[in-house]
Amino acid sequence: MAKRKAAVSVRECVACGCCMKVCPRNAITVPNGLHATINRELCVGCGKCVKECPASIISLEVADS
Amino acid sequence: MNEKKKWYDYLWAVSLTYLILGFFNILFAWLGLLCFFIPLLIAIVKGNKAYCNKYCGRGQLFSLIGGRFGLSRKKDMPKWMKSNYFRYGFLAFFFIMFFLMLWNTWLVFSGAKNLGAVVTLLWTFRLPWHWTYHGTLFSDGVAQFAFGFYSVMLTSTVLGFFTMILFKPRSWCVYCPMGTMTQLICKAKAPKEG
Ligand code: SF4
Ligand code: SF4
Repeated sequence: MAKRKAAVSVRECVACGCCMKVCPRNAITVPNGLHATINRELCVGCGKCVKECPASIISLEVADS
Repeated sequence: MNEKKKWYDYLWAVSLTYLILGFFNILFAWLGLLCFFIPLLIAIVKGNKAYCNKYCGRGQLFSLIGGRFGLSRKKDMPKWMKSNYFRYGFLAFFFIMFFLMLWNTWLVFSGAKNLGAVVTLLWTFRLPWHWTYHGTLFSDGVAQFAFGFYSVMLTSTVLGFFTMILFKPRSWCVYCPMGTMTQLICKAKAPKEG
């Protein structure tokens, strides 16, 4: 099965950090208050952030590598 | 999440206490200025949204009630509500209403108007709130600001509560004027992305 990783639609992100709070792997940061950034090395594709994001702009994408 | 809870994970209790105090003595409303100045200062000085990301007690309250206690449909917000038009429009509206509130405070300070001991909900409904005011040593303007400011805080909590129920628990964060403002400040400050 292909691995899936969270991906943020950066342009729509309000940088609230709700996703960051629920990530069990601490894979998310909001550098410089601009938008959420996901560390793909750490992300295990659990989808918790996808459910939490109030703007619903995170999706799980099949990692190409 | 996998770490232990930090002290700031309990700030929801401070937000809740703030709302409750306003039912007893309106002058506590002044403390709400902290929720204005702290996020702005963090954004201006440190150039990040640590306030939203970590400390915001209101956000925590919504995720507690909507998330943990399940008082939320957990549906997606409508597209227009997440659009920048709406977010910036709401920020502008909020600013205008805030300045009208300040103007009203000034009128009471200067004696041109009498104190109105009411809390105005959703900028429309004037609720009697006089039992929370027992006079001050200072001008009635001090109390007028408190009533006005508490109106702002209560109104935004009620709006956030509705969108919590209808959409995701922390839907308020998407259109919160403070959040929008701090993100704008961060955008202005940040080094350009490549
Ligand atoms: S999918 Fe899970 S592990 Fe990956 S960023 Fe989201 S919450 Fe973290
Ligand atoms: S929860 Fe959604 S809107 Fe908020 S920072 Fe994360 S990706 Fe951005």
